[in-house]
Amino acid sequence: MKGLARQLAALARGDAAADRVVPPAGFTVRLTLFAAAAMAFLAVFALALSLAAGRLADRWGEELARGATLRIQAAPEEMDRQVAAALRVLETTPGVSGARALDDAEQRALLEPWLGPDIPVDRLPIPRLVTFSETGDGYDAAGLRLRLSAEVPGAVLDDHARWRAPLVAAAGGLRLFGWMALLLIFGAMAAMVTLAANAALAANAQVIAVLRLIGATDAYIAGAFVRRFTARALAGAAAGTGAGVLAVALLPGTGDAAGVLTGLGFAGWHWLVPLLVPPLAAATALLATRAAARRVLRDLA
Amino acid sequence: MIAFDNVAYSYGGGELLTGITLALAPGSFHFLTGPSGAGKTTFLKLCYAALRPTGGEVRLFDRSVFALDRDGVAAARRRIGVVHQDCQFLDHLSVADNVALPLTVAGLDGQAARRDLAELLAWVGLTHRAEARPPELSGGERQRAALARAVIVSPDAILADEPTGNVDWEMSQRLLTLLLELNRMGKAVMIATHDLALIRSAKSQVQARVLRISNRRVQLAGADL
Repeated sequence: MKGLARQLAALARGDAAADRVVPPAGFTVRLTLFAAAAMAFLAVFALALSLAAGRLADRWGEELARGATLRIQAAPEEMDRQVAAALRVLETTPGVSGARALDDAEQRALLEPWLGPDIPVDRLPIPRLVTFSETGDGYDAAGLRLRLSAEVPGAVLDDHARWRAPLVAAAGGLRLFGWMALLLIFGAMAAMVTLAANAALAANAQVIAVLRLIGATDAYIAGAFVRRFTARALAGAAAGTGAGVLAVALLPGTGDAAGVLTGLGFAGWHWLVPLLVPPLAAATALLATRAAARRVLRDLA
Repeated sequence: MIAFDNVAYSYGGGELLTGITLALAPGSFHFLTGPSGAGKTTFLKLCYAALRPTGGEVRLFDRSVFALDRDGVAAARRRIGVVHQDCQFLDHLSVADNVALPLTVAGLDGQAARRDLAELLAWVGLTHRAEARPPELSGGERQRAALARAVIVSPDAILADEPTGNVDWEMSQRLLTLLLELNRMGKAVMIATHDLALIRSAKSQVQARVLRISNRRVQLAGADL
């Protein structure tokens, strides 16, 4: 790690005279630039997927932890009494806090996506909802159901965990998938840069022979190639990252209601995360070229 | 400086050189002659560790080549100027940059070094070709540029393989004068050549030993030279 940091510092300082020993042209220039740009573009999307999946998992997880709902179905004249009974039961249940009945406006907001605005909630035979939160180690759902069946016969306990837990697990899996894709992208970039570096080193066998004849060390020769390829990878990755961020920004979103696909993108400080892609691509190219140069120089010795 | 102790070199099952014991001391001047294919270039390559002996031992600056890693070989080569027969250059750099390459590699790319470069290019008659690319040079110009590159860092020893093969008599005399000057500064010089006139000219100006490779061995040449 120290060696890598030292090389990155040397790269930043540059060595114009030493860098000129590597011929400037060749197909490896275009290959490295294109590979770095394409991989950086894909890396931005993988990052967006990971971060979006992470946000979704966190949101679902928070909602899961936030609580559960009681659905109370009763005749209109019984409704208030059952709601009051349900609240009493919840207030005396260990592990439950913040129990409250949703008012008409809140119920209307919940139904609006399906039934449209201006629903006469007070005149429709719709159930009343009571929400509550878990505290500490949580509550005994089976015990609560027993008490409710005895004291509030019209109440049904809706435990969100049953249907949210698999979704949270899926979102977590998707996040992991995104990070794995990112690793594979950088691995593929390392492989392509290695191929390009091998080709460049093989094509420049005469350059290497001349440099050795005049006493250049392997570190000097490798350094010239490493700096050249790292700079190319950095430039390509910067272009690819810019294009990727622009493409993500132009994706249609759906705001707070965004899911994994419709909400693919960055939020808040996550927009800064893609800035890590070019230096990571440069570090990948540096390591790949250094390993390739050492191998080729050893073989040519 | 460069010492051979009963050195042999074999390649492809055949022995090219055998039983060579000699030393290139500081200030010495040697010519190496022999028919084509006798092993002159192989001998020179053994001198700068481009090849390792298959028998005996070569010592560079008091260290066995067998004890040198690749960095050690590179360090030794920075003290030995080599002029190859085929004069390899970096074709994408100018002649001046190629000649200055040893300075760049040694980290001596300062103003004084640039002044030395200009003087050296003038000495080998390449000032007007300083910005040309090596493929644009004639054979003689390439050899002069190669010699300039070999001596620019003032190495302890200079090994030249047919350095006057493609130049006219006047230029060969100028190159010889340059090598003699370096020799007077204490540099060891070894020139592999077929050019008997060059050897005779040098012997009139310096106490040079003439070695001949014959029957895979290196021997002192007779009075015919």
